[in-house]
Amino acid sequence: MARLALSDEELDGFARELGVILEHAEDLAALDLDDVEPTAHPLPLVNVLRPDEVRPSLDRDEVLGQAPAVEDGRFRVPRILDAP
Amino acid sequence: MTATEIAAAVRSGQRSARDVVEEHLAAIAARDRDLHAFLVVVADQAREAAAAIDAAVARGEDPGPLAGVPVAIKDTLCTRGVATTCGSRILDGWEPPYTATTVERILGAGGVVVGKTNCDEFAMGSSTENSAFGPTRNPLDPSRVPGGSSGGSAAAVAAAFAPLALGSDTGGSIRQPAALCGTVGVKPTYGRVSRYGLVAFASSLDQVGPFATTVADAALLLDVIAGHDPLDSTSIDDDHAPVSPQLAAGVAGLRIGLVEELTDVDGVQAPVRDAVAQAGAALEAAGATVERVSIPSAQYALSAYYLIAPAEASSNLARYDGVRYGLRVDADHAAAMNAETREAGFGPEVKRRIMLGTYALSAGYYDAYYRKAQQVRTLVIRDFARVYERCDALLAPTSPTVAFPLGAKTANPLEMYLSDVCTIPSSLAGHAAMSVPFGAGEGGLPIGVQVLAPALGEPVMFRVAAALEAAAG
Repeated sequence: MARLALSDEELDGFARELGVILEHAEDLAALDLDDVEPTAHPLPLVNVLRPDEVRPSLDRDEVLGQAPAVEDGRFRVPRILDAP
Repeated sequence: MTATEIAAAVRSGQRSARDVVEEHLAAIAARDRDLHAFLVVVADQAREAAAAIDAAVARGEDPGPLAGVPVAIKDTLCTRGVATTCGSRILDGWEPPYTATTVERILGAGGVVVGKTNCDEFAMGSSTENSAFGPTRNPLDPSRVPGGSSGGSAAAVAAAFAPLALGSDTGGSIRQPAALCGTVGVKPTYGRVSRYGLVAFASSLDQVGPFATTVADAALLLDVIAGHDPLDSTSIDDDHAPVSPQLAAGVAGLRIGLVEELTDVDGVQAPVRDAVAQAGAALEAAGATVERVSIPSAQYALSAYYLIAPAEASSNLARYDGVRYGLRVDADHAAAMNAETREAGFGPEVKRRIMLGTYALSAGYYDAYYRKAQQVRTLVIRDFARVYERCDALLAPTSPTVAFPLGAKTANPLEMYLSDVCTIPSSLAGHAAMSVPFGAGEGGLPIGVQVLAPALGEPVMFRVAAALEAAAG
């Protein structure tokens, strides 16, 4: 899910460090919060819309100019499906 | 010279913007090799901008409130055509096709961008040691860190490379380095300042704000960058009432609270605790009333933050996939290309937080970690609301310690996270907070006292900050 090709060496270190961090987070587990609503965001915003007007967007060539690989005005990537 | 003095001198024609810029570029050239506050210095662009401002003054035009003032920009903010890396190899060499709203506003006000400042990779860290391009050193003691993640911006202001800088603050990344470098640093109310063009770390927490050497300069820059931006859907749709006119209002009659849970906790150095008490006494002497207050949930805020921020980061950083910009490590399959690119491009702290975040959001652990952390966020907001019924603003330490030596906390991520223990609660609530230099601790290093205010409480917060600055002398 995280899409990280970690080495075995890294895995050992991270497992230890993340264990310590999660242990610290265990103090939350002891809290009785059944009646408390979760907060996802500090502002009470719902469906912020802009007027449906045409306005300039980013320059396509400038955007594609920053891509690692481009073909026919599009981003080029390695195959995404397994070979048949 | 302060930014306020420079702008006045340039606007009145007493001093040329070109002269001001050359002076600051010379300071950078003389000392930044040792400090490494900047990742990029845009000397030619700065000279051109200064020449344009001088030409405007010569024509009798007003270039704006930041006329000729050099400004350093944290490298988490996009600048069109100028490399923006967020301190990460994965964006090495990337030149954004657009400029952040805050930077546009600075340019529109006559400010002169001098360069992009170093930071912890994707703003994840409290010492600037997580930058892929090497650490920044504290100008007051180069054996020590400048704090982080906006350590380059704090160091640039402290070293007089620029009188103003922009940083970004998710859990303390403006306030903590400001404290460690002896500058003023402001985290505005969430939504007060546009995030358009700020590279996202944790979107419900991130906020852009100023560094300055004086409270008045910080107000000057905040008044330029604040206000509604239609390009940021979380920008508060309200005119920003300028804070600068509030500075002389004093604190007589204000009710100030000293937050017990942020001051009397393990790890807060004695001189830091004393400075907060002295700050309270100074405000009392200036006519405010001061009482001790309690935010009981503050003790859980750090744990909640280090679940919420990584969860949001794991989602935001999914965009670094080697497809549209930045680094790509080739592989014969797209998924392998994504994974190899991210493995090569991200440093250890970023990987740690991506894993922590994906874990906290994963089925089976969501309720135990992420949901629980969001519920604690509600408790923090409730506790602050109760305290703000009888207080106008609060005081706390900014950082539990003064600047620490390089390498002191790199072996233990949790210990580094504890650097943010005093700044995180107001971040979770989306409130305003700022750090003001007040006194000195171990080794004569500066201490920052934090002033907290409710959402959109910047006017009161700046009155308190101005009073502390005056008392600190």
